[in-house]
Amino acid sequence: MARRHDGTADGRLRTLGEGGRAYGLIAWMWVRSTLAYRTSFALMTLGNFASSALDFVALLLMFSRVHALGGFALPEVAFLYGTCSLSLGLADLAVGNAERLGARIRDGTLDTLLLRPAPVYAQIAADRFALRRLGRTSQGLLVLLWSTGRIEVDWTPGRILMVPLMVVCGAVIFGAVFTAGAAFQFWAQDAAELQNSLTYGGNALLQYPPTVFARDLIRGVTFIVPLAFVNWLPALWLLGRPYPLGLPPWTAFLGPAVAALMVAGAALAWRHGVRAYRSTGS
Amino acid sequence: MLYMAVAAGSFRRYATYRAATAAGIVTNTVFGFIIAYAYLALWDQRPHLGGYGPAQALTFVWAGQALLAVAMIATGGLSELQERIRSGDVAVDLYRPADLQLWWLAADLGRAGIQLFGRGVAPMAVGALAFPLALPGDPLTWGWFLLSALLGVVVSFALRYLVALSTFWLLDSSGLAMISGLSCMFFSGMVLPLRVFPDGLSDLAQLLPWAALLQVPADVLIGARTGGALLRGLAFQAAWAVALLALGRLLQSAATRKVVVHGG
Amino acid sequence: MDGVAAEPLIELDSVEKVFTVRRRAGRLRRTRHEVRAVDGLTFQVPRGEMVGYIGPNGAGKSTTIKMLTGILVPSGGRLRVAGIDPSLQRARLARRIGVVFGQRTTLWWDLPLKDSYELVRRMYRVPAAVFRANLDRCIELLDLAPLLDVPVRQLSLGQRMRGDITAALLHDPDVLYLDEPTIGLDVVSKAKVRSFLRETNAERGTTVLLTTHDLTDIEQLCHRVMVIDHGRLVFDGDLAGLRAAADGERTLVVDLAEELPPIEGVPGARTVKVEGPRQWLAFPAERSAAPLVTAIAARYPLVDLAVREPDIEALIAELYAGGGAARRDPGGADPAAPDPLRP
Repeated sequence: MARRHDGTADGRLRTLGEGGRAYGLIAWMWVRSTLAYRTSFALMTLGNFASSALDFVALLLMFSRVHALGGFALPEVAFLYGTCSLSLGLADLAVGNAERLGARIRDGTLDTLLLRPAPVYAQIAADRFALRRLGRTSQGLLVLLWSTGRIEVDWTPGRILMVPLMVVCGAVIFGAVFTAGAAFQFWAQDAAELQNSLTYGGNALLQYPPTVFARDLIRGVTFIVPLAFVNWLPALWLLGRPYPLGLPPWTAFLGPAVAALMVAGAALAWRHGVRAYRSTGS
Repeated sequence: MLYMAVAAGSFRRYATYRAATAAGIVTNTVFGFIIAYAYLALWDQRPHLGGYGPAQALTFVWAGQALLAVAMIATGGLSELQERIRSGDVAVDLYRPADLQLWWLAADLGRAGIQLFGRGVAPMAVGALAFPLALPGDPLTWGWFLLSALLGVVVSFALRYLVALSTFWLLDSSGLAMISGLSCMFFSGMVLPLRVFPDGLSDLAQLLPWAALLQVPADVLIGARTGGALLRGLAFQAAWAVALLALGRLLQSAATRKVVVHGG
Repeated sequence: MDGVAAEPLIELDSVEKVFTVRRRAGRLRRTRHEVRAVDGLTFQVPRGEMVGYIGPNGAGKSTTIKMLTGILVPSGGRLRVAGIDPSLQRARLARRIGVVFGQRTTLWWDLPLKDSYELVRRMYRVPAAVFRANLDRCIELLDLAPLLDVPVRQLSLGQRMRGDITAALLHDPDVLYLDEPTIGLDVVSKAKVRSFLRETNAERGTTVLLTTHDLTDIEQLCHRVMVIDHGRLVFDGDLAGLRAAADGERTLVVDLAEELPPIEGVPGARTVKVEGPRQWLAFPAERSAAPLVTAIAARYPLVDLAVREPDIEALIAELYAGGGAARRDPGGADPAAPDPLRP
């Protein structure tokens, strides 16, 4: 990231603005590049939708054999599925391609990004921006809409507002994980798959209710990598279910704070990584 | 022998991707845990679902994670070969004295060999430590499992080879590769054991070639296929392997004619 | 050039770059080595100069360029480009420099060439009038007009290089770094690129630093050559000086009307190879070939002739051999011949 002499709030804001602008410019170029192959784009979007839907089909098949999983009925599980899929889909769409960092280091093309007058993170996050990922996003959204009509919730304005809020906070948390995973590749260039265990793995985890899992696993995703704040805790609040680990009720509203903390951590890791790269060149 | 050397070379090449292997092990293990708990909840409700006990269901999960990379269950093509066909470099391969299909099969078996050690053993061992698995006690069953897994890799290769050869006719085979990969995920038992599928779908899925990749080897491992059923399972795998490889040869000779006539 | 009045645009003072390399020693043990890729480099380049920066592979050329462009942070020493410390203000520096890597295009593969320029305009915030003027100039001098609507993937290597050079100049950079700008290009493209660079330097005063393996690039473009090896500057001067320092020899290739015994009695030259009617004569690089040609033409049935330059590796090798003690095989000067020094 560009370190400037004016480390003031104003200077940081300007860098952020520059980054957003560069992101938009590059993402738009990639969208236009993709549209040069329309058939392929359509097929890939469909595939993205289908690969996400496969998980939901598995859930449906399970519920064809049982009425409840961990004490949760199908609409409730579908609500969990829809929220985390939508969050992951949005994060993947926005910054998922940062995982190409390792490949760019290996073939030397990261250097060409460092030559442009824009923050490297904005450029790498927009790298190969893939609209086909709207496939996963729209699939998650469909399941979410289907389930909201079927879960038993007293929809007050506050509860209605909670749904978009948790989706956005969840997307930011997943985005921070994508970013931290990419930053790790400054040290381990072919470990791109590692972050899948937290992103796609996190998605696989969060689609089931917490009652399914062992306490240690839940502790891990609450206190170490706080994925539980993506959808579990806010959804349990909406559904009026008890919280795992005897957590107090207000933890359901910690999403924004956790997201901010994760972003700060990921930004730190990224900075550290760029600095390491610029001193070793590999 | 030439193809042994190809397989050994591929084995060594994949052995050098240490960081990628480590990352893959972690990811497979994490997914193993998540799916294992989900299955526990499922079998808690229906203790004999699909004819499996809870321990057998858990073993199925970890067998799936162990074989995911080995049999390339989530992948629909041979990206390297597709790239060679797209760039036209494949013309050189076709004029080589070696057979194209056997060459790539040998390379794929070499890759599967190293990944069985690199990415198969570790998740299975972690799974065995964390959960009560129904792993076979006698070495003979392990032997049958390895044979069945090997046949699964051959069927997987034969399918991916067909997809790769389609590049000769399609401009961009990535769409077909993706459809093939998704079918493989779903119909291999990776998403859910085929025996748990609703009855009609279950019977159909167990006749399709993808069942050879995971469902049959996993059943052999957890003791759901013994005696005559074991032999029928292996024969099923072998039959699909032969049929798909033969289809691959047919397509290959058509592709060769196309290259010879049009010059690539 | 008025070297006294011109302020130095690029300044290096004892710049160092040390890498720590871990090597596998035995099964588990790893040893750490320090590698000095750049070892106390000091030089200045005044505004408007065109400099050739050459050296064998792994000498520290690209490490230097990476430090000059802000990609890499030096381990020690002081470095300024246009008054900016590249390691601290990478993004600000980016607006003042243009970079072309010979084998790595920055153009958008699937989009028409002109779209890549549009991105440069917006990303560098180039004022519309400046952009138009710069682009028009490049289009005219580099014959880009028919290429603007063609997707980059359909361009030839030479067309792409012309496109890349244009992209690097649209924002009016003070310095242009070129890494192997003519590698792999056909003769026509090479000539076009060279004359364009010459004109850009003369008209706009753009400072140019180029690395190359092609001595003709240096000969036609650069008044000054710097040779780097093992991270140190081993030569800094003009090409004639480099030739003299290396005691280089050029080769005169003559085609005679018939097969004849080796040419003899030409002062200052000796025949080093005969192949049918073709003969190779070596002569000191700093001398003119004209008297030799006159002398040969007077006594032999001369059909055709060519003068071959020693290539850079050969020159540098001789720089080290100390006064050209090792005589070269004349085939070594033939660009088509395999060069043992080039990996």
